[in-house]
Amino acid sequence: MSADLVRLSAATLSQALARGDVSSVEVTRAHLDRIAAVDGDVHAYLHVSDEQALATAAGVDKARAAGEDLHPLAGVPIAVKDVVVTRGLPTTAGSKILEGWVPPYDATLVSRLKAAGLPILGKTNMDEFAMGSSTEHSAYGNTHNPWDLTRIPGGSGGGSAAAVGAYEAPLAIGTDTGGSIRQPAAVTGTVGVKPTYGSVSRYGLIALASSLDQAGPVTRTVLDAALLHELIGGHDPLDSTSLTDPVPDLVGAARLGAAGDLSGVRIGVVRELGGEGYQPGVLARFTESLELLQAAGAEVVEVSCPHFDYALAAYYLILPAEASSNLAKFDGMRFGLRVEPSEGPVTAERVMAATRGAGFGDEVKRRIILGTYALSAGYYDAYYGSAQKVRTLIQRDFAAAFAQVDVLVSPTAPTTAFRLGEKLDDPLAMYLNDVATIPVNLAGVPGISVPSGLSDDGLPVGFQVIAPARADDRLYRIGAALEAALEERWGGPLLEQAPELETNR
Amino acid sequence: MATLSRDEVARVAALARIDLSPTELDRLAGELEVIVQSVTRVSEVATPDVPATSHPLPLSNVFRADVPVAPLDRDEVLAGAPAALDGKFLVPQILGEEA
Repeated sequence: MSADLVRLSAATLSQALARGDVSSVEVTRAHLDRIAAVDGDVHAYLHVSDEQALATAAGVDKARAAGEDLHPLAGVPIAVKDVVVTRGLPTTAGSKILEGWVPPYDATLVSRLKAAGLPILGKTNMDEFAMGSSTEHSAYGNTHNPWDLTRIPGGSGGGSAAAVGAYEAPLAIGTDTGGSIRQPAAVTGTVGVKPTYGSVSRYGLIALASSLDQAGPVTRTVLDAALLHELIGGHDPLDSTSLTDPVPDLVGAARLGAAGDLSGVRIGVVRELGGEGYQPGVLARFTESLELLQAAGAEVVEVSCPHFDYALAAYYLILPAEASSNLAKFDGMRFGLRVEPSEGPVTAERVMAATRGAGFGDEVKRRIILGTYALSAGYYDAYYGSAQKVRTLIQRDFAAAFAQVDVLVSPTAPTTAFRLGEKLDDPLAMYLNDVATIPVNLAGVPGISVPSGLSDDGLPVGFQVIAPARADDRLYRIGAALEAALEERWGGPLLEQAPELETNR
Repeated sequence: MATLSRDEVARVAALARIDLSPTELDRLAGELEVIVQSVTRVSEVATPDVPATSHPLPLSNVFRADVPVAPLDRDEVLAGAPAALDGKFLVPQILGEEA
């Protein structure tokens, strides 16, 4: 029973819980057992909160027995990326500088999870402060891809994607600044959504780049992502960039898509997000998925977004600039690590420099210094100012494309999961993993990654759908249609083709 | 456009308040030089007629009602601080001169 429970989708668990076929304590316990059995090898979690999760589950079971009106996801457990603050649970953002810190408040999205009665299983591993595409920049060790433990799970949210992919949670929260939800989804054969900028509150996310960051769902199915997105989305007065629009009917859109008819839907293939640099097996799966969407009635055309070629360069100026400012708060005074200089006077300024020298990892230092440089006197116009102009040009490319089509599509990532260590010493090669996901963040539009099959190397490939701002429902309609068509061909979810993990129980 | 020499990286790291070892400085200078050369491409298309975008979906005049709300719990906040005394953060001397 317990082994089967962890393989069910959140939607199925929700129904089983509502019918009383199973209790939340049983479901939560099954996931905690699974974590104990496989996370020694996968290392998706930085912290497992057994007691709190079981207490929440028991509370939900009691409320259900008393006939209380519950949220559909009440009692369905969830994992939360460690960049999201959780009152009473350690939150490190993958950094030594926050080791042992227990936040005194909850992020808005965590408050919503708690109010809806989702037991929080624990906090998931990530690249330090979400800087990376492989989770290898975590200060707490690598997360391993459940498809092949010698390979990366993507990043920065490799922990959340691996947790869901290894059946250590049915749902997880990720954050996506340049692809950190979608790229891990692609390389682990799972589903990840970056919502429209401002549609999910950023209050309580440890900020990386404030104009790019967005939290979203990490799941195994498109419908599960819609259910979770509807729960965490919507206006929050605590985030001044939060949109006041109501959340669209995402679950309805996913159900509509799964019915399979895409007649009248216009799909644009972005010419600049393909071709050179993309693995042949990735492109082959992409083309097959396009054919399935066409067979479902969609019209497919090619569109050009010429400035996407400059997106990576603009991103690696805007992100470090914003990060250098956001991370200035890690000064060794109010939270986390404090290191005193080994010699000379102990002043606040020298303590700050010593603390950051000891507490930040290589990638964080690289990006803060790059950002400080790009913002420094004499360089601002040439670097940061120019990057902001490129951002305008990319937004215009999107606007022109969406005048012709309803959604844009591309492979989510140019390659499948590479080996741990393979790109660690080459920052530029690492940055290229996000070449297809970054334009989405620069424009603030929403994107989804859906599994589209296995490449020649037997590893998962992701298919990205991009919609105009505030039209997140289109992601779910197209995503669910593709998922349904592919699963019919495969005879089940892609993840069922993943090798069984060894269990130590 | 200037290149990022080892001295320049040391100067910027000091501005960013990050102590670096000599080995770190050597490595970072090499890596950042490559990255800076790569991102310089943005100037190819950033012509004077293009306006800058700082925010993807700009909002203006975002206010909330001027109503007091409960602050964070002081003891919980201070429990996460490196040092605290008498209900306050305990910090090193702020100025460089003799205390």
